[in-house]
Amino acid sequence: MTAYVLRRLWQMIPTLAGVILLIFFLFNWVGGDPAQVLAGKISNPEQIANIRKQLGVDEPFWFQLWVFVKQVFTFDFGRSWSTNEEVSRILLTRVGPTLTIMVPVLVIETVLAVLFAIMVAYVRGSLTDRTIMIVCTTAMSISFLVYIIFFQWLFGFKLGIFPVQGWSESFTKNLVTYAPLPIMLAIFVGLAPQLRLYRSFFLEEVNQDYVRTARAKGLPEKKVLLKHVLRNAMIPILTNIGIYLPSVFVGSFLLEVFFSIPGLGREIITAVNRSDFPVIKAVTVYLAMLTMIINLLVDVMYKFVDPRVSFK
Amino acid sequence: MSAILTEKNSIPPPWQESPGLWTLAWRRLLNDRVGVVALVVVVAFISMMLASYAGLIAKNWSKEVGVSYANPVFMAGAENLEARAVTNRDFGTQAAPVDLSDVDPLAPRYKEWDERAAKISVTETRRSETLAFGGDKWGRDVLQKVIKGSEVSIFVGLTAAILATLIGTILGALAGYWGGKVNDFLEWFYNIFTSIPYILLILAFAAVFKKGLDTIIFILAFTGWTGIYRLVRAEYIKHGAREYVKAAQAIGASHMSRMFVHILPNASHVILVQLSQHVVGFIKAEVILSFLGLGVPVDMVSWGTMLAEAQNELVIGKWWQLFAAGASMAVLVTAFSLLTDSLRDALDPKLK
Repeated sequence: MTAYVLRRLWQMIPTLAGVILLIFFLFNWVGGDPAQVLAGKISNPEQIANIRKQLGVDEPFWFQLWVFVKQVFTFDFGRSWSTNEEVSRILLTRVGPTLTIMVPVLVIETVLAVLFAIMVAYVRGSLTDRTIMIVCTTAMSISFLVYIIFFQWLFGFKLGIFPVQGWSESFTKNLVTYAPLPIMLAIFVGLAPQLRLYRSFFLEEVNQDYVRTARAKGLPEKKVLLKHVLRNAMIPILTNIGIYLPSVFVGSFLLEVFFSIPGLGREIITAVNRSDFPVIKAVTVYLAMLTMIINLLVDVMYKFVDPRVSFK
Repeated sequence: MSAILTEKNSIPPPWQESPGLWTLAWRRLLNDRVGVVALVVVVAFISMMLASYAGLIAKNWSKEVGVSYANPVFMAGAENLEARAVTNRDFGTQAAPVDLSDVDPLAPRYKEWDERAAKISVTETRRSETLAFGGDKWGRDVLQKVIKGSEVSIFVGLTAAILATLIGTILGALAGYWGGKVNDFLEWFYNIFTSIPYILLILAFAAVFKKGLDTIIFILAFTGWTGIYRLVRAEYIKHGAREYVKAAQAIGASHMSRMFVHILPNASHVILVQLSQHVVGFIKAEVILSFLGLGVPVDMVSWGTMLAEAQNELVIGKWWQLFAAGASMAVLVTAFSLLTDSLRDALDPKLK
């Protein structure tokens, strides 16, 4: 297994190099002259030249690329262009609120989706099954924006059960007061597509030979589903969670914007609006790295879920 | 006469032309009731968009025809505090004019200006209290805004999806057909794009490009081709080894011909379903990007910008803009999703 992990890590190098090149190309080439952005509307050539020198944009491009690579590996992206806050500090302080929202969402949503999907798979083909699927399809077609606007208005403004928006310094207060509404919303919206997907995973397994064998030897349907089908369906479910996991760190940026949660997602939107390139560059590179590592972890986890998997 | 006809019909034709994949698929789609309804809805939306683009309907969407937040006709009696507030501010609280004529240097010319102003005819338009589906803050007709907004949203969704499919298909065909170095290079490219979370990739692109309609199409297409690429590549790998391709090679068909004349039609069902699926995804994405202010410019209206306005309107009880934009989008997206499912069933070559 060590050999497998090492080989996979080795294979990540070209991809990471590609990500660095892509981001460098986007922000240092396509992005235009950052000095123009920074100096603002009222600026003279002297000021612009000064800023260019400060940022090192007047250096040749290979030197800039080298600086960028150094930044990636020393975790030092300098300071934000708009707030002058250290980029590493921005990332570290913003990740907490995002995870406060997203970790409960991920856990509750997955448990509920798997549970409901098994129940729907149990009554597959029935009127209940079809009704639930139609409701899911319709629910999925309504924009996330509409849900947020409506539920924030309903629970926050009209009924006043939760605060409309806000965030505090204390973790428990956040979790108890400010987080429940966004968490509920994210689960509510995320459940329909996941339920549909997981149901299809279960139904695929239900048609396999081993299920017929299990039934033939007289196992009750519930036991077939919970013991045999669930374990086998865990493999595609795990893959799906693995795909979903990296975006947990970006958070649901829409929720963060609406509920003014000081998380990474909102930070990225702000950075995009302010052309704050260092922040976007740092977030993109590190999330790409994280994604690659998560993919590797998921592949390793297959081994524990499915003993047939062997590392080659 | 009828005798001849029956006689003719009784002779079986020497051979019967068997229907092709597309004819069969079309027949299956017509038999699928849900699919037909979905198709009709989608075609209706696209015709609405084209009519709006041609200026046949919703041409005057930006005219301020009603009072601020005019009520929808079905709730004409409802109180509209916002419109009254505007009226009061404009006409109710004007103080009596103070006579300044002895100190005002412009005083001698007022009469002349008044005369000149009187010559210009001013028609006072009366703003209506109610509009078909209510009005927005400036008294624009929400119904017309929804139609005009569909233009941007559907246009972006369709063009971006077509572009993404084109990129994905060409790259997938190259990788799957040639294999080897070409495949390695394109796989590397694919890995780069997929290792960055999708939404972050879109935002990174949005950060460096200027805002505008063409930009948003370009961004969605350039970040959204990966799924199509992967599927088309798999199809090409599968078909590349088939006998009919070998036979085509034997009769001297060029690489281009084998790739795009022989294999492409056999992968086209996958591509079509992907195209349809991506339209849905991109319409949703456009709405969100426009909402965040990264999409269409301010002088245009899209469902996303309408939802952005609707957020504040809901608090003062004006729900119609939210409902109009949200519902029309939901109907279109549902229809498109159902159509995609029906297409997938209809185009499955294993079914007969």
